[in-house]
Amino acid sequence: MRLAHPVINGSGTFDAIAARRAFGDGLCEGFPFAAYVSKTITLEPRPGNPPPRLWESAGGLINSIGLPNKGLERYISEDLPELASITAAVTRSIGDGRPVPLITNVMGSSAAEFAQLAEACDARPEIAAVELNVSCPNVNTGLDIGADPRQLEGVVREVRARSTKPLIVKLTPNTADVAACAQAAQDGGADAVSLINTLRAMALAPRVRPDPPRAWLGGGTGGLSGPAVRTIALAQVAAVAARLHIPVVGMGGVQSAAHARDLIDVGATLVAVGTESFRDPAAAGRVALGLQQAGED
Amino acid sequence: MNDSSSAPAPFGRRLLTVTGMRPLGEVYRVLSVADDGPDPEPGQFAMLAAAERWGGGEDERPYLPRAFSIARRRPGESQFLLEDVGPGTRRLCELEEGDGLWALGPLGVGFTAPTAGRRAILVGGGVGIAPLAILKDRLETEPTVLLGFRDRARCAGRDLLGDAAVASDDGSAGHHGPVTDLLLSELEHDQRAVVYACGPAAMLEAVRAICADRGVPAQLALEAGMACGFGACFGCAVPRSGGGYLRVCVDGPVIDADQLEHVGEHAGAPQ
Repeated sequence: MRLAHPVINGSGTFDAIAARRAFGDGLCEGFPFAAYVSKTITLEPRPGNPPPRLWESAGGLINSIGLPNKGLERYISEDLPELASITAAVTRSIGDGRPVPLITNVMGSSAAEFAQLAEACDARPEIAAVELNVSCPNVNTGLDIGADPRQLEGVVREVRARSTKPLIVKLTPNTADVAACAQAAQDGGADAVSLINTLRAMALAPRVRPDPPRAWLGGGTGGLSGPAVRTIALAQVAAVAARLHIPVVGMGGVQSAAHARDLIDVGATLVAVGTESFRDPAAAGRVALGLQQAGED
Repeated sequence: MNDSSSAPAPFGRRLLTVTGMRPLGEVYRVLSVADDGPDPEPGQFAMLAAAERWGGGEDERPYLPRAFSIARRRPGESQFLLEDVGPGTRRLCELEEGDGLWALGPLGVGFTAPTAGRRAILVGGGVGIAPLAILKDRLETEPTVLLGFRDRARCAGRDLLGDAAVASDDGSAGHHGPVTDLLLSELEHDQRAVVYACGPAAMLEAVRAICADRGVPAQLALEAGMACGFGACFGCAVPRSGGGYLRVCVDGPVIDADQLEHVGEHAGAPQ
């Protein structure tokens, strides 16, 4: 995959279809990502978690969104054509002939579910690659698939057997040894890994004593992202890149080209911008431009 | 008014310059910025953040931009109504002429003009009166305006809309009680109306219930905690009548009341 620059989006941090409604053609003309990663798609539709879903913390954001999505069938029939038309329009406006690949992120609760999702993506020419969101409990064991190297390797191996597309495994940071999990993904046949996903976090609702503590977020706990996690991401990306020979997509709190440069310097091939896009949808474009300018000096 | 011909927001936040900060009574402030962006529909909003010192306040916040209804638009200038309720709004209230303001917008779906023969009744509560000002500016026929405030200090907010009937929780001005009492008496003698409302969740829920009981169409401008304002974060979900959720930022902020089962108290916008 040849990309126009090394900056993409983190899954679930940029809805290109909604952004097209808000910004019109300006979205395609100023599209900041060299590849576009969809939000997580599951087999069945999901409404998402009850509100409240957000908490602003020191230098960051805790979210408990709950992966709302239309489910695989309606993603393929409704969203995929629209996303493909957006990335095609972006390719035309960027004008250097390099297409903006569409990466579909999927999540299952078992190896069989992951394989079914990957197989459906395999049949679609619009999809350039598949990213596996393994930050979810196994429906049978209750253990997070991505936190357990043995289980993770099994899932990736099963998906690998059923898919010809490049496979990216989105690692969870909520594990004792992220490099061991990354190794398991590589051993299972992953073509790349991406990290970090959000760190499990919690906030209490404002209260007056002696009221008992109550979680603010409707989902109880959530995932922390933003500048607050940047140094943790750097440590995890460095540990993983040192161990693997496949490419690493680094992300976590990137707000500037300097932050992206740090991730690249410790071994990331690509960098993703996530939460910063919430503050400014064009932020990733500035990161890419800054990297390019620094490279020209 | 809401129609498909309105120009979309420019992609990316824009650095605007503050042209004025005017107190409106003891609590509210009117922030004016030079703005050559697209003309907003009444009810649309923008995500705002101070260009300098955004962060480092209470709990090391703010971090995210804050959503504000566009209160008024004049050629080359946008106005926003502010109340200091937390580290983000506090920082915005400190802005002075010449300061920089990041703005993304105009965003979201605005109000829809009343159909022929229906009278517009505008119902506002507290700082939520903001989008009713630009709506009143754009309506072809003078609407009935009903405003509710907590106390005397906040009642000064009425000056934003000019001629209005006022209710106050503490009885310090106008009717002693909720603004929905005024709405009830308006609808008592004329139900051929369309209600436009913005304010606290409890007020909106009362407006929704009153209008639903009487078959009066209502358009509610909602507030919810949101990180982005353009459909990316999925944080601003409100339950949709019949199941699932709506995103306040892209499905609203103005939502037909019959699309909502109820207006919940969860909103919890970052302040």
